[in-house]
Amino acid sequence: MSDAPITESELQAYADGRLEPKRRMAVEAWLATRPEEAERIADYRKLAKELRGIYDPVISETLPPRFARKRVQWRRYALAAGWMLIGLLIGALAGWELRESRPALAPAADMGAAMARRAAIAHATYSPEVRHPVEVGADQEAHLMAWLSKRLGAPLRAPQLEEVGYSLVGGRLLPGDTGPVAHFMYQTQKGARITLYVRTDVAGNRETAFRYAEEGKVRVFYWVDRKMGYALSSGDIGKDELLKVANTVYQQLNP
Amino acid sequence: MNEAQRLVDLIPRLRRYARALVGDRATADDLVQDTLERAWAKLHLYRRGTDLRAWLFTVMHNVHVNRVRAARPTDLIDDEMPELAQRPAQGDALLVRDLDRSIARLPAEQRAVLLLVTLEEMSYEEVARTLDVPIGTVMSRLSRAREKLRTMMLGQSAAAAKLKLVK
Repeated sequence: MSDAPITESELQAYADGRLEPKRRMAVEAWLATRPEEAERIADYRKLAKELRGIYDPVISETLPPRFARKRVQWRRYALAAGWMLIGLLIGALAGWELRESRPALAPAADMGAAMARRAAIAHATYSPEVRHPVEVGADQEAHLMAWLSKRLGAPLRAPQLEEVGYSLVGGRLLPGDTGPVAHFMYQTQKGARITLYVRTDVAGNRETAFRYAEEGKVRVFYWVDRKMGYALSSGDIGKDELLKVANTVYQQLNP
Repeated sequence: MNEAQRLVDLIPRLRRYARALVGDRATADDLVQDTLERAWAKLHLYRRGTDLRAWLFTVMHNVHVNRVRAARPTDLIDDEMPELAQRPAQGDALLVRDLDRSIARLPAEQRAVLLLVTLEEMSYEEVARTLDVPIGTVMSRLSRAREKLRTMMLGQSAAAAKLKLVK
């Protein structure tokens, strides 16, 4: 029997270490004269090992309390539905209020301050993220830029900040005051993060100097350059270093 | 030990499989939770003495398929159909794992087989029972999953080598 032809299924079983000894030896003899096949099977084993290396640690993670058995499910759903209804009502009311009170054109200073505030909130929201700091990673930078440029309707470029010690983590799309906004994240090797908030729909055609704002623990330098508004935020680094980075960003965007 | 306790003991394994199946932690834990709720509700249908793990993973498989179907009504269950929607690449440079991402690109049916065999170390018969497909299908999906994964990983290391050259 041991000289029966080797099937693909047997090769798979061999890769998984599941053949009985007789067939295992037959497969080994078969592979010995076929280096390419032997390499393929060795790769399968390597991949399996790497796969376990990545996911086996999940087994020992602490279980979130939400997995505890719940007998009264309907209560939870009713509660959630109730909150959702309240949320919808508040949202509808707020929307109506905003609609009523919104001025036709915000003054320039207010626009900048509002942008800085939104940028600071975005920074505070996304910079502590470990697994999902960005939507598209720097490893797909071309795709990221094409996507954001398309959505914002203007050619965008993420500044290269390697010279001041920051590498691009990636970016995401955010809702801004009047339309979509691009948000780029950078970090140092030690993990200090800065984010660059970019909008392309600033009304009026003006330029401003750097302005500085603090929102809680987040420091922000922001400026307007014709239709573009920029805000550079960080909670990890001091004002001076942030200014240095802001200068680099500015130079890169206006070569 | 009663079924309920054994079921609880299987939760970490459900989580491992779910994490590999859908990628990110939050979605994976949502899947686990949906699975558990359904499993608790249907535990009386489980036949004592049969394989509880296979039963539970079947429940998860069905929940997963329904979730995917709900999210993407045009998803075709076909081995030859590549999955159109890819999990967005997560950007934290420290956590980006090529293998992780390549797995997400496998067709869903092949990914399930590969993960049950590799992570759960289920026998091919158990996988066939869990997914309710013939064993021949299990073997061909396993073979295709591995070959695709290998090709993707080889492609990545080739691309990485090329990048280094360009720099």
